[in-house]
Amino acid sequence: MGRFHRHDDGTVHSHDGHEHDHPHDHDTAHDHDHGDHSRYATGTERVTVLERIFDENDRAAADNRALLDADSVVGVNLMSSPGAGKTALLERTLAHLEGRSRAGIVEGDIETSIDADRLAGYGAQVSLLNTGDGFGGECHLDAPMVAKALSDLDLASLDLLLVENVGNLVCPAEFEVGTHYSAMVYAITEGEEKPLKYPVMFRAVDAVVINKMDLVPHLDFDLDLFRANLRGINPGATVIEASARTGNGIDSWCSWLMSLRRDAPGGSPA
Amino acid sequence: MHELSLCNAIRGVVDRAAEGRPVDTVHLQVGKFRQVVPETLCYCWGLVTEASPLAGSTLSIDHVDIRLKCAACTVETTPQGPLALVCVNCGSGDVSMLTGEEFLVTSLDLKES
Repeated sequence: MGRFHRHDDGTVHSHDGHEHDHPHDHDTAHDHDHGDHSRYATGTERVTVLERIFDENDRAAADNRALLDADSVVGVNLMSSPGAGKTALLERTLAHLEGRSRAGIVEGDIETSIDADRLAGYGAQVSLLNTGDGFGGECHLDAPMVAKALSDLDLASLDLLLVENVGNLVCPAEFEVGTHYSAMVYAITEGEEKPLKYPVMFRAVDAVVINKMDLVPHLDFDLDLFRANLRGINPGATVIEASARTGNGIDSWCSWLMSLRRDAPGGSPA
Repeated sequence: MHELSLCNAIRGVVDRAAEGRPVDTVHLQVGKFRQVVPETLCYCWGLVTEASPLAGSTLSIDHVDIRLKCAACTVETTPQGPLALVCVNCGSGDVSMLTGEEFLVTSLDLKES
């Protein structure tokens, strides 16, 4: 494998054995025209590309969103660290929404159908996506994966689609899956500083459910500090205190879900 | 640890842009707000391109600083240290990100044919 070096301007290269002697003075803006030979004595040709690396995923996400729109289904991407309580929250959610809103689930897990089996007991449509087939198990859902799951669901009979992403505070935040909104479950056992350590995730969501509030008497959790940290990263997020274990706050969470409109202003696509 | 899938996405972009021509270096812009470790990305690029026409090509990553524009004091700043998105000048959280979220292939250097 190549050798890495970092230059003062932050540029990183890996070289694969052979020596390069080109000048390392890349500017932030690469504005070379097609066929510009000026920097390279070796006569290599530079081709301008300027393509966003997520373009292909984002196109698939737009297709997913169009499918949901065609059947007037509101999609929500639910993310969290492992064990924060996504599946427990969804169990409570399905029970609470029964008779009020027809919810379907896309269940993402690296391995096993344990979570999907838990949710299947509530009579909702559940489509399981195991990501373990990817290279070493994908740590997130991406839009093409969700497209596959959507084809297993009868969207016309749904009002709401909840996508339970793979438990992970880093990777899922980077990949649009094609839902209209995104939310995350944060457990108070995770520590108040998490919004500062995982700002991309906390910034990407429309709502944060603060879960496991029933444990407050047993912990030194500083709710005000957590809320201040969250506000610093995402001042506009809806914040809901809840306990999936006791059921407290589930009504507020479900009210938020049922208030969502596909074309609502302020709803950031995710 | 999603650098592998990112490299697969990069490979898709490069394959389309190269149109079969041999590639020496792939130039990327990666904003520092992106949760990408440049060294890991370079390592994964070797794995993803192994035994393909892109084998032996390398990534050159321009790691772009985060620049914030404050709505309160209108000053542009670059936050240091932990990624709290607050204005360095006045401490306001009412900021927009000018740079730091880039993630794109800017250009390719083709091999001498």
